[in-house]
Parts: sequence; structure tokens; C-alpha cells
Amino acid sequence: MAAVNILTTKGLTKNYGGIRANTDIDFELQRGKITALIGPNGAGKSTFVGLICGRFPATRGEVFFEGRNISALPAHKRIQLGIAYTFQITSVYAGLTLRENVAIAARQRLGTDVAAVTTKVNAVLAQVGFSDRADQIAGDLSYGHQRVLEIAMGLAQDPRLFILDEPTQGLAESEIDDFVALLKSLAGDTTILLIEHNMDVVMRTADQITVLEFGKTLASGTPEEIHQNEAVQAAYLGTPTDA
Amino acid sequence: MDNAHRSYILHIGTIGLLAALFFVLPAYHVGNLSRIMVLAVYAMGFNILFGYTGLLSLGHALFFAAGMYGLGMAMNTFDVAAEPAMLIGAICALLVSAAIGFLALRTSGVAFMIVTLMFAQAGYLTILYFGAHTRGDEGFVIPQADRIFAGIDITGETARYFAALALFSIVFLIIMYLVRSPFGHTLVAIRENEERTRMLGYDTVRHKLAAVIISGTISGIAGAAYALLFGYAGATFATVQYSIFPLLWVLLGGAGTTLGPIIGVTFMFYLIDLSSEVTQAYMLIAGVALVLLTLFAPQGLAGELRRRVFKWLP
Repeated sequence: MAAVNILTTKGLTKNYGGIRANTDIDFELQRGKITALIGPNGAGKSTFVGLICGRFPATRGEVFFEGRNISALPAHKRIQLGIAYTFQITSVYAGLTLRENVAIAARQRLGTDVAAVTTKVNAVLAQVGFSDRADQIAGDLSYGHQRVLEIAMGLAQDPRLFILDEPTQGLAESEIDDFVALLKSLAGDTTILLIEHNMDVVMRTADQITVLEFGKTLASGTPEEIHQNEAVQAAYLGTPTDA
Repeated sequence: MDNAHRSYILHIGTIGLLAALFFVLPAYHVGNLSRIMVLAVYAMGFNILFGYTGLLSLGHALFFAAGMYGLGMAMNTFDVAAEPAMLIGAICALLVSAAIGFLALRTSGVAFMIVTLMFAQAGYLTILYFGAHTRGDEGFVIPQADRIFAGIDITGETARYFAALALFSIVFLIIMYLVRSPFGHTLVAIRENEERTRMLGYDTVRHKLAAVIISGTISGIAGAAYALLFGYAGATFATVQYSIFPLLWVLLGGAGTTLGPIIGVTFMFYLIDLSSEVTQAYMLIAGVALVLLTLFAPQGLAGELRRRVFKWLP
């Protein structure tokens, strides 16, 4: 029964007053693949994923997840369907321990099953290499480590669709390598939608790329197709200072 | 010994200590402590919303008064017995807090403080407006003969002390359980970062409403118990002052700690009691002490203890 696309949007539009952040975006996300969303600053990438997971209400347009129209659902209901979302600006529970941060994420789905939550939390902390710092306060971590914790909170949700908004921003080179490996290990079971400025990461991980510019879809395709697309080169790849 | 066991021993120990104090303290302090324990129940109710959920209400006197008048008017106007009157008081507070929560939670931050303050003020004026039934500012006395709960005359010092202790213990243990439960952890998550919690799939509005209702109902039960144990209900308990008190108690004792409320109430009660022996300007001494504590122990007494010594404190 599994359709090729886990998520589609039709005519998704968001206006902030007179500003058109997203205009009529028709988008298809292939199941089990890593799709990167790229585009210049202010192209409307964060707004677009915010509309998908319900963080902001859309001006108009529809979102379908697993074939179901979720346009009218509030954010928490959409997340409960199996969407995880990590924030562009790090948003962890700075006053709580790493363990509790991940536990809050895991508990939403696992509920009152304390043993299952503990198992999940330990597994996720081990997966991202945080086992020995589980009882540290999240606010004491370096910025890069907070980014990793943010990703760990997404993993703890066992999402079907994992949306990452600029996950490698502020990470060191070695951490980026770890992140790329982690991302590749997730693909297949989990569908990943990645907003990313680091083109190296995009080219190493993405199966599909969609380019946004001025709130509209400029191009979609495989990395090779995008690489050779002249419109994209003009808008984005040709301006190396943009990163 | 893990944290759950420590917490359990701490809570049972606190209740045991309060029970033991009855036998060693002179009568004057026993009377004070009865009052402190009932007010601590009020503070514990407030702490659920302020300390654990991070919502600052400036209108909790409304819930306290809802419980107090629910019980008082049921007993005085309709001659209901003490036990069902207690239940009526609790239900009144539950309904009022559900309604206020439903309306006030459309706002947040400073707006939430103002809206709750205004509703409480409206509640106070309502009590005065219906002075013919509520006896307004003057209030009314609940006759000694009616104050019998479960067959026990609770007007005597001993019975009153243990009735207050029983109520305190029940609420204290419920809150100990609550803050360790997944629900309690979610409230803390909302306090720490509401948007993050929403985007992890939690219905934060529903959780906040539940917190307002639990907090308001516990505060109302404290109000009902206060009227029953001390035999008086009056509009003074619905004034702004009684909305500010629980905030001070909880801030001093330690917001977001289970022990904070009882510590804060005891501290403030005796601070005023002792300083009024020394000077008529006792509020001045109390004020200076409050400022010093806020400067040097911003997380309150129990909060400071948790930070420095007992990191496991619930």
C-alpha cells in the first residue's frame, strides 16, 4: 500500500502581511529517501517546513501525509503521526539534563512505559555518543553538541519523516562527518527532509534536491540534474559567498 | 539508594516531623502550625501552576475564595453537613478554575498575569455585590456546632491540628507523585520551552488547562478547609493580597520544589510573627528579609538547597 510519496503539498502558500514567503508550492517527498531543500537565504525554506509540520498556519494550500490531508491538524497532532522536526535555532531544554531532554521526546510516543522510555533514551544517547554525559545540563554543552542533542531528540521520536532545519550549522568538520554517517544510516526506514546550506553535505547525502527561490520551487531533481541546471547555478550555486 | 527512594523518605519524614511537632511544641505554636499547614496546601496548589508549569497567575485568591465560599455558603445558607460542603467547595473551585483557565490561557506571559488578576478582582467585587448572601467584607462565622467532620469535632486544638496535617499529607503525597509522573515532566517541559514541547507532539494547551484546574482545585480545597477549621469566611480572602501571598511563599520556599511551599509559608508566617513583637513596622522587617532572600537565594530556600547540596531534591 505504501505509495512512493510519503508527503505531498498542493499550492502551499504563506503570506506575512504583504510579504509572500511561500507561493503555491507543489512538492513531493519520496519515501525512504534523503531530500535536500536548498536555496538562498530568505528563499522560504524554513517557512515551508514550518507549514508542513504545522508550526505556522498556512495562508492556503494543502499538505498530505501518508495520503491523508493533514492541513487542518494542529502541530502536535501532525507530530504524533510520525513527523519529527528539529529547529534551525537550537531549541533544547537548557535547564534539564541530556537524559531528560531525550526522555521528553521519547515519552510522547512511548507514554507511561518507563522501561521502554529508558531503553530508548539509552539507545539514542549511545547512538550519538552522549552516553557518558547523560547527566550533564544541556545548557552547559557547546553549541555544536546542542545541535547534536537536538538531532538526538528527533531520533528518540522514531519518526517516519524527519525534518532537519540546517542541522550542520555550527558543527566542526569531524562532527559533520559523524552527522553524514548518521543520516545515511537512517535513510531507508526514515524519510529525511533536510534544509542545508553546506553543499558538500548536500552532495554527499541527498538522493533528491529541491531548490527554492523567492518562495517558489525553482527546480527539483537528482543532485546531477540540479548541478547542471542553469537557472539553479545562476540563483544559488554560482554565488559562493552565500553559505 | 536511588532518587525515588530518597524522595519517598523525605516526604514521609516531613509528615512524620510535623506529626511529632504537635507533641513537643507549646499550644501557641501548634495553633500556628495548623494554620501554616492549610496555607501550605494553598501554596502547593499555586506551585503546580507557577513552579512546575511556569504560568504566573495573580488571581489565585479567586480559587481559594471559590472553595471557601462554596463550603461556607453551602453550610450557612443551605445547612449542608461539613463533608458534602467540603466536596461542594472543591467542585466550585474546579468549575471556576476550568472556566478561568479556558479563557485566560488564550494569553501568555504578562497578559496572563493581568487577565487572572482582573478575573480575581471581578470575583472579589461579585462577593461584595451579593453582600446580602455573602455578608461581604464582614464575612460570616461558621457555627462551632456545625464543624464536625467524619464524626470528629474539629474545633478542638488537637483534632484541628491532625485534620490540617491529614489534608496537608494527602496533597503533599499527591504532588510528590504528580511531579514524578510523565504528566509532571511534561509540565516542566512546558515551563522550560513551550514551543519545543509543542513541536515534540504534546498538546501544550490541554496540559496547561489541566495544570490550571489541578492548581485551582487544590487552592479551593485549601480555602474550604480554612473556613471549616477556623470557622470563618470573608471577602478579605478574595483580595489581591491573597493572590500575592502564595507567590511570595512559593518564591521564598523555592518554586518548583515539593518542599518549597511549606518552608515558604512557615518562614513568612514566623517572620511576620516575630518581627511584629519587635516593632509595629513589622512589614518593613519582612520586606528587608524578602529583598535579601531574593538577592542571595533567588531560587528560594529549597531551591538553594537543591542547587548547593541535595541535587536530587524533587
